[in-house]
Amino acid sequence: GGFLIPYIIMLIVEGMPLLYLELAVGQRMRQGSIGAWKIISPYLCGVGVASVIVSFFLSMYYNVINAWAFWYLFHSFQDPLPWATCPLNSNRTGYEEECEQTTPTQYFWYRQTLNISEALETSGGVQWEQALCLTLAWLVVYLCILRGTAATGKVVYVTASLPYCVLIIYLIRGLTLHGAVNGLIYMFTPKLEQLSNPKTWISAATQIFFSLGLGFGSLIAFASYNEPSNNCQRHAVVVSLINSTTSIFSSIVTFSITFSIYGFKATFNYESCLNKVILLLMNTFDLEEGSLTADNLSEMKEYLLARHPQEYTQLSPQLKNCSLEAELDTAVQGTGLAFIVYSEAIKNMEVPQLYSVLYFAMLLMLGIGSMLGNTAAILTPLTDTKALAARFPKEVIAGSVCFINCVIGLIFTTKAGNYWFDIFNDYAATLSLLLIVLVETIAVCYIYGIRRFEKDLHTMIGHKPNLYWKIMWAFASPLLIVSLFVFYLTDYILTGTLQYQAWDATQGQLVTKDYPGYALAVIGLLVASSTLCIPLGALLTFVRKRLKRDDVSTV
Amino acid sequence: MLRVLLLTISVLAVAHAELCKPDAQNAFKVRLSIKTALGDNAYAWDANEEYLFKAMVAFAMRRYSSKSTTQISNVLLCNMTGRVSFWFVVTDSSKNVTTVPGSEVEAAIRMNRNRINSAFLLNDKTLQFLQITSTLSPPVEPSTPVWLIIFGVVLCLIVAGIVFLIVGGIRKHKKKNKEPAERENLEEKGEVNVTVENGIPCEVLDLKAGHINGVFAADDERFTPL
Repeated sequence: GGFLIPYIIMLIVEGMPLLYLELAVGQRMRQGSIGAWKIISPYLCGVGVASVIVSFFLSMYYNVINAWAFWYLFHSFQDPLPWATCPLNSNRTGYEEECEQTTPTQYFWYRQTLNISEALETSGGVQWEQALCLTLAWLVVYLCILRGTAATGKVVYVTASLPYCVLIIYLIRGLTLHGAVNGLIYMFTPKLEQLSNPKTWISAATQIFFSLGLGFGSLIAFASYNEPSNNCQRHAVVVSLINSTTSIFSSIVTFSITFSIYGFKATFNYESCLNKVILLLMNTFDLEEGSLTADNLSEMKEYLLARHPQEYTQLSPQLKNCSLEAELDTAVQGTGLAFIVYSEAIKNMEVPQLYSVLYFAMLLMLGIGSMLGNTAAILTPLTDTKALAARFPKEVIAGSVCFINCVIGLIFTTKAGNYWFDIFNDYAATLSLLLIVLVETIAVCYIYGIRRFEKDLHTMIGHKPNLYWKIMWAFASPLLIVSLFVFYLTDYILTGTLQYQAWDATQGQLVTKDYPGYALAVIGLLVASSTLCIPLGALLTFVRKRLKRDDVSTV
Repeated sequence: MLRVLLLTISVLAVAHAELCKPDAQNAFKVRLSIKTALGDNAYAWDANEEYLFKAMVAFAMRRYSSKSTTQISNVLLCNMTGRVSFWFVVTDSSKNVTTVPGSEVEAAIRMNRNRINSAFLLNDKTLQFLQITSTLSPPVEPSTPVWLIIFGVVLCLIVAGIVFLIVGGIRKHKKKNKEPAERENLEEKGEVNVTVENGIPCEVLDLKAGHINGVFAADDERFTPL
C-alpha cells in the first residue's frame, strides 16, 4: 500500500522530466551517450563510461534470475508440483526435518533450487543444475542479439507483448481467488510509517529509472537517430504519458495480482494456522470433533484455560496467535521472495501446472527482454569502436561478451551465490544510477546552461519549453536526488555495518548477519568503479588539455 | 458358588482396569477423526464400532504371530472420550493377567495398517496410533528427472537456432564479397547503371548518413556577436 504513492510521485517529478531531458540531449547532439556528454562539456566524458559500466554489472547478475525462472519452468511439468509437498526423510517415517520447520515452497527455494549455505563465508561448490540453467539463459540471450540491434527490435515485440496477455489472465484469475479482497484492501491502504522510510523512496526512484531506462545511456543513443526537427517535446510527453500509463496500469495489475495472490496466500495460511490451533486443542483436551470452530475459538480458549490451567499453560507456547495482518505483512521484498510467494499461491490453485507454466514463462519473457536491453547497451559502444569492429564480426563480439558474463555469473550459482546476488542487486546499480542522473541534470542545466538548452529546443521543435519543465530540471529533480543520497548515507551511517539475511537450515528461517570484510570491499568496489568514472573522466580531460596547452605554448 | 463367581468377576474387572489405563505398560492410544475424513457421511462411534476395532486388532495379532490364540476378548479398550480417542491393550490368554509386549503389538499393527484403515474408511492421518509411526509412501519418481528432459529439448532448439543464424550470417558475408566482383562485371557490360559519386556508389553514401560535427554546433558562442 505504501509503495504506490512514492512510485507515482517519483514518476511525475523524476521520470517524465528526465526522460524529456535525455531524449532532447540525444536528438540535439546526435551521438551516443559517451559522445553526447563530451559535446556538452569535455569534462563529462566519464558519465557515458559510468553508464556502460553499470550496464555491465547489471548484465552480470541479472541473468541469474532468468536461470531460476527456467528452473522453475522446467519443474512445472510434474504432478504434484515439487514445491507442494515436503520430501520424505531417509527412513520414510516423516518429512525432512528442515522442511518441517518451514513451508515446502521455502524449502524448495532454499534447499532444492539454491542449496544455500549458512553464511556468505562458506561458499560451497558450483551447483551444476543452476550452472546448466544459467548457460541456457545466456544461450537464449546470445540467440536474440546475434544479428545485431535491428533483429533484437523484432524479438522485443514478442518479449514485451506476451507478458501483457499473461498479466491479464492472471489479473482475472487473481481477482477471483478466495481472499483476494483482503490483499487489495491492504494494497490501497497507505502505511504512513513506510512513507517515512527512505528505502521505499529510493526503491521507487530506482524502479522508475529502470523501467524508463534513464541513466543507462540507451535513450540518448536511440534519440540520436531521430531527425533534428523531430518534435521531441511532444514525443517525450506522449511517450512518457503512454509509458507512465502503461507503467501505472501494469504496476496496478502487478500489484493487484501480487496482492490478490498475496491475499489468497495470506488467507490460506491464516486459515491453516487456525486449523492447526484447533486440532492441537482438540487433541490435547480430547474434545469432540466440530466443537471448536474459528468463531468460538477465543471463548473456548478462555474456557479451557479456566478448566485445565496447567495443561493449557503447558500448551500455550505452541498456540500461535493467528493474525491475518501478520500474514499480509510478511514483506514482499527481494527476488527470492517473489518466487516463493507466487509458487506458494500457485500450488493451491486448481490445475497448478498450467498457471505455473504461464507465470514462469512470463517471468522469462520479461527477464530476457531486460537482458536484451542491457546487453545491447554494452555491445553498442563495443561495436562502434573501429579497432574491434574491423577485426571481428559482430557475432564474435556478442559471443565473447555472453561467454565472459556467463563465466562470471557462475559465482552466483555456488552455494553462497544468492548472498552475492543480493549484494549486486542492492548496490551495483542504485547509487550509481542516482549519481549519473544527478550529474546529467546538473550538467545540462548549469554547465551547458539552461538558456542554451532552451534555444536548442526552440530550433528543434519550434517553441521553448514551458515553466514546468524548467523548474523540474533546474530545481526539483536535482533536489530530490540529493535528498535521496543524504537519506541513504545517513541510513548507512546510523546502522553501522551493513547486514544481510542468511538462511538458517536448523531453524528454517532467515537470520540477520553482518557482512564480512571482503564483502564490504566488493560493495565499495562496485559503487566506486562506476561513480568514480565521472571525476576521473574530468581529471583526464583536464590533464590532456593542460598537456596540449603546454605543447601549443612551447611551439 | 455364587460368591466365588462374584469374587472372580470382580478380580477380573480390577485386573482389567489395572491392565488398561492411560500410559500403562504396552498400552497404545488411538485417535480417530471421523468427521474430518468423511464429512457428511460420518458414522457415529458406538459399541458396534468398538467391537469391530477389537476384532481388527485381534485379526492383526493373529496374522502377525500366526497362532490363533488371540481372541476378541483379549483386546481391552478404556478411557473413551468424545474426541473419539481411547487406549487399548492386548492381553495374553496363555499367561494370566499380562499384556502382550508393546513391540509385538506395534509390529502387528504396522503390518496390517492398510486393512485396519480400510475397515473404518479412514487413512493414516485420520486413524492415528499415537505411538506407532506410519511408513509414508514415497512419491513416484521417474528414472530421469522430468526437468532434465525438458531442459534437453529446449537446449537443442536454442543451439540449432544459433547454428542456423551463424551459418546464415557466414553465407551472407560470402555473398557480399562476391557481389562487388559481379557488379564490376555487369558495369563493364553496361547493364547495371550504378550512379557513382567520387568513385563511391551513391547507395553506400546514403547509408553513411552525414554526421553533424558537434563541436561546431555547440560552440557557436565563440563567434563574437555583431
